[in-house]
Amino acid sequence: MMRRIISVLLENEAGALSRVAGLFSARGYNIESLTVAPTDDPSLSRMTIVTSGTDAVIEQITKQLNKLVDVVKLRDLTEGKHLGRELMLVKVSASSADQKDDIKRLVDIFRGRYIDVTESTFTLELTGSTEKVDAFLEALSQAEMIEVVRSGMLGIGRGKNALKL
Amino acid sequence: MNLTGADIVVRCLKDEGIEYIFGYPGGAALHIYDAMYRQDDVKHILVRHEQGATHAADGYARATGKPGVVLVTSGPGVTNTVTGIATAFMDSIPMVVITAQVPSHLIGDDAFQEVDTVGITRPCVKHNFLIKDVNKIAETMKKAFYIAATGRPGPVVVDIPKDITAQSAEYHYPAKIDMRSYQPKIKGHNKQIARGVDLLLQAKKPIIYTGGGAILSSAEDALVQLVDSVEYPSTSTLMGLGAIPASNPNFLGMLGMHGTYEANMAMYDCDVMLAVGARFDDRVTGELSKFSPNAKIIQIDIDPSSIGKNVPVEVPIVGDCNEVLLQLNAQLQPRLGEIGRGSIDQWWDVVNQWKSLDSLAYNASDTVIKPQFVVQKLLEITNGDAYVTSDVGQHQMWAAQYYTFEKSRRWINSGGLGTMGFGLPAALGVQLAYPDDLVACITGDASIQMCLQELSTCLQYNLPVKVLNLNNQYMGMVRQWQEFFYDRRYSHSYMDALPDFVKLAESYGHIGIRVDKPGDVEGALKEACGMKNRLVFLDILTDHTENVYPMIAAGKGHSEMHLKPSDGDVQERELA
Ligand SMILES: Cc1ncc(C[n+]2csc(CCOP(=O)(O)OP(=O)(O)O)c2C)c(N)n1
Repeated sequence: MMRRIISVLLENEAGALSRVAGLFSARGYNIESLTVAPTDDPSLSRMTIVTSGTDAVIEQITKQLNKLVDVVKLRDLTEGKHLGRELMLVKVSASSADQKDDIKRLVDIFRGRYIDVTESTFTLELTGSTEKVDAFLEALSQAEMIEVVRSGMLGIGRGKNALKL
Repeated sequence: MNLTGADIVVRCLKDEGIEYIFGYPGGAALHIYDAMYRQDDVKHILVRHEQGATHAADGYARATGKPGVVLVTSGPGVTNTVTGIATAFMDSIPMVVITAQVPSHLIGDDAFQEVDTVGITRPCVKHNFLIKDVNKIAETMKKAFYIAATGRPGPVVVDIPKDITAQSAEYHYPAKIDMRSYQPKIKGHNKQIARGVDLLLQAKKPIIYTGGGAILSSAEDALVQLVDSVEYPSTSTLMGLGAIPASNPNFLGMLGMHGTYEANMAMYDCDVMLAVGARFDDRVTGELSKFSPNAKIIQIDIDPSSIGKNVPVEVPIVGDCNEVLLQLNAQLQPRLGEIGRGSIDQWWDVVNQWKSLDSLAYNASDTVIKPQFVVQKLLEITNGDAYVTSDVGQHQMWAAQYYTFEKSRRWINSGGLGTMGFGLPAALGVQLAYPDDLVACITGDASIQMCLQELSTCLQYNLPVKVLNLNNQYMGMVRQWQEFFYDRRYSHSYMDALPDFVKLAESYGHIGIRVDKPGDVEGALKEACGMKNRLVFLDILTDHTENVYPMIAAGKGHSEMHLKPSDGDVQERELA
């Protein structure tokens, strides 16, 4: 079982997302996260799917995805050098001065950003690998967490490697 | 030329060369039905249930190789087609299903007769479309036919809201379509084929295993050329019957759960297997861990996801079966001398030993009608030249085992989904395509009642199908499993309160004949086949207790077949 990041270029058509989601649920494949948005070419969407499975399962996943009529091209990024990034927004309660200091220290260490501040709450933004985002959450766990929003992973190949038409 | 959306839909069908559509009207479809009324190029066949429309279109497609077309209204019209769409999907049958939808502005409002057609059908179509713009109808219809009929074929649904069919647009039907996201691979990779050829030539115990893909790609000639030139034992799935003529000396009959002993044993024992358009379905492989333990497998399939899905494959070859076999034959012919004839002859000796067991032998009777005997008689009377459709159950297996097909596209049955109710409407579609040929529907007393209403359609369009109802007063296949695996607890498999099928046929305006003695079978079949212009319903009362043999039980491998009980275990039986 290995974690895989599959990038998919698909026609930006109504229903394309549900075809992919339906495929995963119908065949019992795992989805850890799935993100999708239009690309610079508005007729195309790009999807990043994080999944896991044996080699045979992953082979089936890529074949089945390719078989969807809306899918134009795909790549298993984990087969080469790649980068994966997640965006996380966290709202924490911070009323005492001590709490505020603790949080500030963590935000500095993890290079997070404040995107909203009230008397009793901070809303923080953090981007990074899944591991980094997880570590930040863990470190924050002392603070009083109000809300956590994660984007799921976006992936891209390193170097000249590109998934393009 | 400016046309309404409804007229465009119908013009597309005409320009696509569609002869028949199978349909049933309703509110959302009325503009399209009005457009149908204004023309007579495309003939509409009014079925009695939308499931019947899909099976009829499917039967037409299987027999002709051309896509079947269905037209239904929104809501219940659509939900009634789902079984038929899924049936076509599982067997990769080209079909275009036009579904009317509630007007665009009502979509999402839980409007009268609204269902999410695209959502409901998504898991059982090759692709589907919801048309939102009248200017897109022609292009979408072209795409639908292109997708349905190319690559690995399958059903495509085109959902059209009622208001779109009322608006007008300039009509232009594209001659050709190119889709960047859909480009099926046709030619095989020559290097891969060369590896396959090497394996085939080195084989000591080879087998050729073919499936429905060989027929879908019209690979029959190339396949027979291959089989005849290598003279290797060959077998076929339920879906592939007829691609290699049953009388071909290299053909071992069907394999799988109810396949012949020799076919399954040869699969088990082979060292090299060439799979042509076959997908290693569980009814074919039996228990996977016991499947062909020593085989190196070469698999040809147009769908990459079929290759290596259930069984690891040594040489995958993606491409159209016919194209790939032509390439393969070209590489193979000059090297035929490399075949180790000595070991192949030894292999044939072993295979012929298995064959001598005569695993399809059954106990004849002159008091009760044996269903196998009926199928054999039909074969005799029709010179093996009939189109045979079937439903699902024991009768289906007997039809496949005893009606030995010499040609492809003659055996029309629901293999993948196993849909009871398929046989009669499918026969109707086949008969329309081939009005002068004999079309027989071999069915059972339970299955026939699932789409019985199509008897009415057959009368309206004068379709003289011959229905052979192998009436054992049971859901025989269910009863058989209960006998074997549930200690004879026959839970709800007895068909109580059966109708009088003869009167039933008569009330639909057809001829009904009851046959209850073995001696009358031949005469009744001849009489029925002689009535060229009438649908004849033969209610044939068969042995209630007959079982389908041989059989591989669930969880067993090819080498663990059950034979007919009177003959004991395989081990105890004499190999002649
Ligand atoms: C629509 C549907 N429902 C249920 C089944 C399960 N099933 C498979 S065979 C069978 C019995 C068929 O009985 P009959 O048509 O009388 O044929 P026989 O087996 O007796 O030849 C049933 C219920 C099915 N295949 N399709």
